[in-house]
Amino acid sequence: MAITSIIQSGPGAGVLLTNTNRFDDLLNLARKNSIHYLLFGLACCGIELMQTGGPRADLDRFAAVFRASPRQADLMIVAGTLSYKMAERTKLLYDQMAEPKYVLAMGSCANCGGLFQSSYAVVKGVDKIIPVDVYVPGCPPRPEALTEGLMRIQDIIMSERWWREKRRPQSGAK
Amino acid sequence: MAETVERRILGRMSPSDEEIVINFGPQHPSTHGVIDFVTQTNGEIIRRSVPDIGYLHRGMEKIGETVGYPGFMPFTDRIDYLAAMFANEGYAMAVERLLKIDVPPRAKYLRAIAGELCRISNHWVAVGTMASDIGASTPLTHALREREAINDLLEELCGARLTFNYARIGGVSFDAPEGWGEKILNYLEHLESYIQEYDRLISLNQIYVKRLANVAVISPDQAIAYGLCGPNLRGSGISWDTRRDLAYGAYPDFTFDVPVGQGKMGAVGDCWDRYAVRVLEMRESAKIIIQALAKLPEGEIMAKVARKPKPEAGEAMGRVESARGTMCYYVVSDGSEKAYRVRVRTGSFMAMGIIEEMSHGLMIADLIALIASLDVVAPEIDR
Amino acid sequence: MNAQEIHSKLKAQFGDAVGDLAEAKIDPFVMVKSDKIVEICRFAKDEAGLDFNYCEDVTGIDWPARNVIEVVYHLFSLQQRHQFVLKVEADRSQPSVPSVQGVWKAANWLEREVYDMLGVSFVGHPDMRRILLPDDWVGHPLRKDYQEAGGYHGVTNTRPDPLVKLGQKVEEERKAIAAAAPPPVATPATATPSGGFGTDSPPHQPPRASHAPVAATNTAPASVSATATAPAPATAPAPDKKESPNG
Repeated sequence: MAITSIIQSGPGAGVLLTNTNRFDDLLNLARKNSIHYLLFGLACCGIELMQTGGPRADLDRFAAVFRASPRQADLMIVAGTLSYKMAERTKLLYDQMAEPKYVLAMGSCANCGGLFQSSYAVVKGVDKIIPVDVYVPGCPPRPEALTEGLMRIQDIIMSERWWREKRRPQSGAK
Repeated sequence: MAETVERRILGRMSPSDEEIVINFGPQHPSTHGVIDFVTQTNGEIIRRSVPDIGYLHRGMEKIGETVGYPGFMPFTDRIDYLAAMFANEGYAMAVERLLKIDVPPRAKYLRAIAGELCRISNHWVAVGTMASDIGASTPLTHALREREAINDLLEELCGARLTFNYARIGGVSFDAPEGWGEKILNYLEHLESYIQEYDRLISLNQIYVKRLANVAVISPDQAIAYGLCGPNLRGSGISWDTRRDLAYGAYPDFTFDVPVGQGKMGAVGDCWDRYAVRVLEMRESAKIIIQALAKLPEGEIMAKVARKPKPEAGEAMGRVESARGTMCYYVVSDGSEKAYRVRVRTGSFMAMGIIEEMSHGLMIADLIALIASLDVVAPEIDR
Repeated sequence: MNAQEIHSKLKAQFGDAVGDLAEAKIDPFVMVKSDKIVEICRFAKDEAGLDFNYCEDVTGIDWPARNVIEVVYHLFSLQQRHQFVLKVEADRSQPSVPSVQGVWKAANWLEREVYDMLGVSFVGHPDMRRILLPDDWVGHPLRKDYQEAGGYHGVTNTRPDPLVKLGQKVEEERKAIAAAAPPPVATPATATPSGGFGTDSPPHQPPRASHAPVAATNTAPASVSATATAPAPATAPAPDKKESPNG
């Protein structure tokens, strides 16, 4: 009770107490507002990823910063075309990320191979190797589209229940 | 599979006990794309660094044989996405040579204006990412902000921010909208003052100069022998610019200087020279755009071309001065409506060839500076 | 110098090894003998007046009709501002050409790419290995008879067409509705389709579940079976169009 009264009288109390009725929500609120994404720009979508992190459509206002190392990343934004030569490294990077981890396939090439359907060296979609949570279409997607993709990831994070389930159910790769 | 590549490279390297072999890449925070540098180092000093490319090989040249002449235009965007207008233009020029058609003057001017805007946009990314690789993270956000302004201008023109698909075989696809010229001129006024501010912030910054001057000096003979082109070649003191010397398109109507590396901060051909050439080229591009907007002729933007052009059997070469050097399209036709062979020769591929030679004795941070100063981009290398 | 003068200079020096200037209608080229290519290139580079110090491109073209692979050399001179194209024919079954990387260092990586893409081995090259494709790739892609292997290291190269899957689902549900036609009350709550595109939220579907039983009650079963056996165009709006006159 003493703690509650302290919380109730402190700054931001209205936000804190109305939005975190449940323990899960509190945890997820913290998690969704601090997504660290792996800077995995492969091709043209990588430039739009950079621009989305740039000053205009700022990903940093979601407190989503890029990390160069997969060990420090929660979200892997696969931005660009995946070639067979790169596919094994991609799987390695995905395996190196710590749970819970999410994958956002950005752009046509990451979704399904894009306009390189007849190419001999392109993997037709990154979900042939790693499970994908959100697909953002576009060639390349506008920064606003990528921002919406990030917000969908935030929705996924917000809908997870930790108190009852120990692990987030894994989505399967094709 | 990673073992196969490294084992073969390791076999040639034969590191001693104190040396280690590490991979820079293919995923690394430098934004030049997915390139792997297998580096044998003794502490900080590099014995040799062998680039391993192909992580973004998408088979463009094979696709060029299947999609038909007009259908290859969107793929040329993806070859060099930072300065896609030049890639479009080069391919269009090669096929126009095959078809023996002339482009209307207004289309030539529009191609030149769009191309020079792209050059400024590309050089912003080049200097911004170079600063970021050296360690200064803020100039990258400044550069991206400027690039957003140019993206807006080009989006008004052709609808896309990055992969424009603007040039067509025989002309361009969209005409300049109303008021576009004034917006560009407004932007260019702001550009000059901004480049000066950028100069004070980075180019003449003592730390930046110390990191780049006298690092990885490429002599003029080496530059020619390894086939470098564009700002890399000009940074070594050789004054060659395809726009001026092999006059094509609308460029004979413009007067502009061609900046050349002069060794202001160190030796001629060091990293700072290549960087300085790019900053100066931004100013020259602004000059060209102002002249082009003043002289923009009226008329059509597209010549009469069949929907599925069928050139006669033969071959043609189209050269443009892209932001990264001379980009050559070699198109071979066998008389049908699909190209027999499309070959793209890019400046970044040639620039990678010189890295192994230059890497002896560099420190690891200098290797990063070298790669950044060569302004390579992965899809140009791998296609 | 134009192409004629360069050609005559080369022919004067090397005689038979240099072919005729091809009557190409757009860009001319010269066919040379492959065993002399290194000397010709060195002469082109060193001779005053030619000064081809810049190797612009080395590439290859596969001509299965003539049973050769052409290796094309684009030479350029920065001082003289002229260019020239040399071509060498290599036998298609075992293509092998002397390497010119001793003349211009730029040819080093360019020849590796020709080897990778077309299988031409360059004699005398210090580092003849693949450059763009993985080392254990089978085949040379730019050959005209290249067959894709169907994948690489377990990753297949096809992707199930999502519209086909969606069409099959639509067809199955239509059959289920037609089979359950007599009791119209049973609202097929299970008819809401699950996403056919992956693991994210299901695609927006028009409310076919509410239309279907209406169609079954208002019309004779004949028209229901007519809609059931109508060819499924595998697009979601199509059921809407078919059932709106009924509903």
